[in-house]
This record gives sequence, structure tokens and C-alpha cells, in this order.
Amino acid sequence: MSHATQDHATLSKQFNKDEARVNWHDETLWFVRQKRDKMAFSLSEWELLRGAASAIKDNVLSNLHDYLVEFEAKAQQNGVHVHWAANGAEHNQIVHSILKNHGVTQMVKSKSMLTEECHLNEYLAKNGVEVIDTDLGERIVQMREEPPSHIVLPAIHLKKEDVGETFHQHLGTEKGNKDPQYLTEAARQHLREKFLTRKLALTGVNFAIAETGEFVVCTNEGNADMGAHLADVHIACMGFEKILPKREHLGVFLRLLARSATGQPITTYSSHFKKPREGQEMHIVIVDNGRSTQLGRADFRNSLKCIRCAACFNTCPVYRRSGGHSYHTAIAGPIGSILAPNLDMARNADLPFASTLCGSCSNVCPVKIDIHDQLYKWRQVLVQEGHAPLSKKLMMRGMTFTLSNPKVYRLGGKIGRWALRNAPFMVNNGLNPWFSQRDMPEAPKESFREWYLKRQKE
Amino acid sequence: MKAVFYLFINGLKIKKMSRDKILAAIRQNQPALKPLPSLSGLNQCTFEAKEQYKNVLKSIGGHIVEVDNETEIVQYIRENYTQGHRFITTLPQFAPIAETNWSDNDPHDLENVELMLMAGTFGVAENSAIWVTEGGLGQRVAPFICQNLAIVLNAHDIVPTMHEAYERIGSADYGFGVFIAGPSKTADIEQSLVLGAHGARTLVVFLVNGA
Repeated sequence: MSHATQDHATLSKQFNKDEARVNWHDETLWFVRQKRDKMAFSLSEWELLRGAASAIKDNVLSNLHDYLVEFEAKAQQNGVHVHWAANGAEHNQIVHSILKNHGVTQMVKSKSMLTEECHLNEYLAKNGVEVIDTDLGERIVQMREEPPSHIVLPAIHLKKEDVGETFHQHLGTEKGNKDPQYLTEAARQHLREKFLTRKLALTGVNFAIAETGEFVVCTNEGNADMGAHLADVHIACMGFEKILPKREHLGVFLRLLARSATGQPITTYSSHFKKPREGQEMHIVIVDNGRSTQLGRADFRNSLKCIRCAACFNTCPVYRRSGGHSYHTAIAGPIGSILAPNLDMARNADLPFASTLCGSCSNVCPVKIDIHDQLYKWRQVLVQEGHAPLSKKLMMRGMTFTLSNPKVYRLGGKIGRWALRNAPFMVNNGLNPWFSQRDMPEAPKESFREWYLKRQKE
Repeated sequence: MKAVFYLFINGLKIKKMSRDKILAAIRQNQPALKPLPSLSGLNQCTFEAKEQYKNVLKSIGGHIVEVDNETEIVQYIRENYTQGHRFITTLPQFAPIAETNWSDNDPHDLENVELMLMAGTFGVAENSAIWVTEGGLGQRVAPFICQNLAIVLNAHDIVPTMHEAYERIGSADYGFGVFIAGPSKTADIEQSLVLGAHGARTLVVFLVNGA
């Protein structure tokens, strides 16, 4: 398909122009990671919970066919309409056809990464439907005509000054007022009017239970509930991997989700939708969009265990310093980098390389996805399939030569250390990307090998 | 007429095609069956449930009011909420201070509710969440659309963790059920915590002690 207009490295460079802001972004997300740690360490059973969650998801992936059939039958018994979409386009058409059947051209939507993945808003806008995102962070970026930069904290790339200016322009708040309390109140009033007047609400799905046909939606703001309980029609959209076998399994996942995401013991609302309210119509759209292909890739199927907590974003040294928009895909961060190549290898070939492979993502993942191993494996696949840029191929050939010739390797090291100490201008210049947005450490006088040989002589 | 019928059947077929295609691809690509793990031993908490409940609720922005009887609840409500505004409840014993006959109305009619008073089925100590189902809500939107929410919870009805919570829910049938933990909140503007996003701005839990 198409190549991304700009790759992760180029987009990161733009994000890194404002050093103070990058530092703030880095520290803020690290603070969220620390809140997660505090919660995780306060439960002695934390690792048991991760193990259980991972094993439940293993079972789900190995029995998805039957669970989905069971879920569909139960949901239909509960009076819910169930739709299946093979891809994003079909998902968008299904949602649009429900809107058309009801003659509705305005709707509210709570957070759903799936609809971002399918580009639902753009599709509906083209077809004359107004969509209002009701999660505060999503509403902010929607007004600014930007995509979310984080799946849990959509506006984390913005400072309160930016939000103040955006609300001044769109909601008429006082110019220069950047008080979060004041701005949140303005959004509350603005969105309350939308909740009260829109006839159709769309929500995402956090978990869907095969045993009962119900689905669970978690929010802190209460926006999913305000939308769904006031609307005549509720559409819930889910990737098919959201299935859990039984209701009791929610106990494991609700203990892990908010603790991993924001360091809260649970989200404010965990809403269990089983049947439509009297007089209401309820639809569930089950989406594939590449998931069945990923399920067949033994090395990568574990990525389908993801519960979208974003703990891997908050801990990732690359994400924290490059920002969500540099990933040019609906789901950024380490997990996004292993999901995106499955959707479009050519367009997302840069993303598995946007990592140091430090492994922190795998260590915090509540369902134990081997994220950094998969990043490494995607690199092999991408190079084999011919998606590596020429510069990288040439560099790799150079490295292969150097590393297989010890004399060349030693000479190279010597030259490098000499240049760093005596002629830094030779390496610290615009031609060497290692020096952009980075201070280099002082070069040692001798290599480890030289030191070791000397030590043996003494 | 025939053409319309044909189109209708064709539409159904296309709809069915995606379903069957997706399910066939899943059946082909899913790995060999792996067993479900046991859920026993996942609660290793050592806290005292009621104390933990109170501490966690305070830490997430809720208020605890310990009471011995309904008279104390009435007194608290009279003293702490703006009188003259609309109060609603699902509990008939509070009819003297709140409307009780509203559950058949259009949900939009609850737009101006200042206080909603209801009973929680049970609470969860580890996260201070309270479980309520449709019957206890009067209307699904009621605990969200009100400016302030107050929940009466029996101090005996507190389970330690979510595992016991789902044991207690069991296979109960409901149209809608929700765990509510604290007031509605957001930190979407620069990670600054603000209480009162779209749902209730405050949450008071009346913890009823005694028998």
C-alpha cells in the first residue's frame, strides 16, 4: 500500500525541537509509570494476576471461534443486533447504515481505538454525519484536528496553555485562562448539551463475555454512560479479540487494567451492558481488520492479548521522547509498533525500529506480551520482505564486514576514540545523526580489550 | 417487488459472508487449545475490609459518612446539599426528602437532578467500587446525570477483592450493571486531576453500621 509520508525518525525530530516540552512529556509519562508501580507493588499477587490474565488470553486465542459464536448467540438472545465486519471499510459502512436507518446525522462517541484504526470519523464526515468525541482528551484533539497521541491520555502532547487557546477559539472561554478546573467545567457544559440532544451513541468495548453476551466499558469521566443511556440507539464496536470466556474472568482483568494504565485501583465506572434499555436499540459490531491474519502468525499472535492499558507507552524511553504522533498510526508506542506492520507492512516498516529493545514494555505488560521480542522479530521479517531502507542495508553490510574482521574493528574503535577526544568536529556535525538532540559521553582513552591485556601483563 | 426481495436476500448473504469468512479464518489460524487457568489463590490481601474500603474511597475523591440509621442520612442530606433543588431516590423510605416516582420518565427528564440517592448491592474493599444493577438505579442514566451521587451501603456488604465480587454476582441476570468507584474525574488536561468530568461531581457513601 502507501508509504507513510514521514517516518518515525523524521517525525521525532520535529517533536524534539522544543527541548523543554520533550522533557516535560518524558517526566509526565514517567510519573504515570511510577503510579502504576506503586499500585503493582502494593499487591503481593500482582505477578500471579499477570500470569492468570496471560493464560486466560492464551485460552481465548486458542478457542476464539467457539467463544465468538457463543457470544453472538447470547447477545442475540439478549436482544442485541450483532454485525460482523471483515475490515475497516465494512465496519464504517455498517455504522453508517445504522445511522441512515434512523435518519440520524449527529452522534456522540466515547473512546474507541478501533474506530480510530478504521478512520470512522473521516468516513462519516464525508457522508455528512457529525461525530462529537466525548472523552475530554479526545474532544480537545478533535477540535484541533489532530489524532490522539496516546490511547489512554489522548492529549498528553499538549500543555494547558494549548488547551486554553483551543477552548477560547471553539468554546469561547476567556482568553489566556488555562486553569484545568475552569477548562474542564467548560467542556462539561459543552458536552452535556450534546449528550442530551444526540439520538445515537457509539462506544468502544473493553471486554465482551462469551458466557453471557454482555460487554464492559470502562471510563473515568462517565462519558460512555451519558451517551449510551440517553440515546435511542447504542452501537458498540469491538475487535474480536476482546472476548473473555466467563464473567468471573473480569475479576482478573479489572484488577489489572486501571492499575496498569493510570495507577488507579479501578476506573470510576465499569459498566456492564447486557440488554438494551426498554425502547432502545443496541448493536455490536465485531471487527476483524487483519486480526485473523495476525492470529495465524505464531510469532506475533500474542499481540492480540493486548487490553489497551498503555503501560508500555508510559515506560518506553523512545515513546516518552518522541511523542505519539511520530508513530503515524492509531495505536502508538511499543504495542502499536508490533500491531501496525500486520495492517500495512510497507507503510509501517519503520516502527519496529523505533525501539531500543530494552524490554521494559514486556516487563510492565499486564498480559505478558513479549513486546520487545516481537519488535526484534518484526525487524527480521521486514528486512527479508525488502522493506528496509537502502541506507540501513548498506550500514548493515558495513557492520558485518567490520565485526567479522577483528583488525578492522580494533582500528575503527581507535579512530573513533581519537576523533571524539581530539577532533570532535569530525563526528559532531550535521552529517552524523547520532549527535542530533543528544550529548555524547566522554570517550575513554583505551578500549576494554586494551585495558584487559594491560592488566594481564601487570 | 421481486427485485427488492432479491436485493434484500443478497444483502443478507453479504452480511453472512463476512461473518462466515471471519469465523473460518479464525478457525484455521487459531492455535491448539490451551486450558483455562484456575482463579483460586489470586486474592492474597490481608487488610480489614471495612477500613480498606474507607481509605481507598477517600484516596479517590469520595466521602465516607458512617451512620447508624436512616434519620442520620436524612439529617446529613438536609445539612449538606442545596435545598430547593431536585433530589431523587430509588428508596421509598426517603420519600419525604426526595422524589420516588420518576423511573418511568424519559431519561432526559433527569437533566436537572441535583442529588441521586440509591442503595449499593455491595462494595469492594480493594478499590472502593460499589456494584449496582438496573433495578437499583431506577434509570440507567440516573447515577451519571445527577450533579451529586449518594449511595447507601451496608458495612457488612463489603467483599475484599473483585474475585469475591464476581462470585457474589454469580450468574445474576440484569440488563445493565455497573461498578462505581468515586466521583467522575479526568486528568486529560496536563495530568491535573479534576473531579466532575461528565458524571456526578461528588460521591458520598453512607456506610450503615450495626445489625
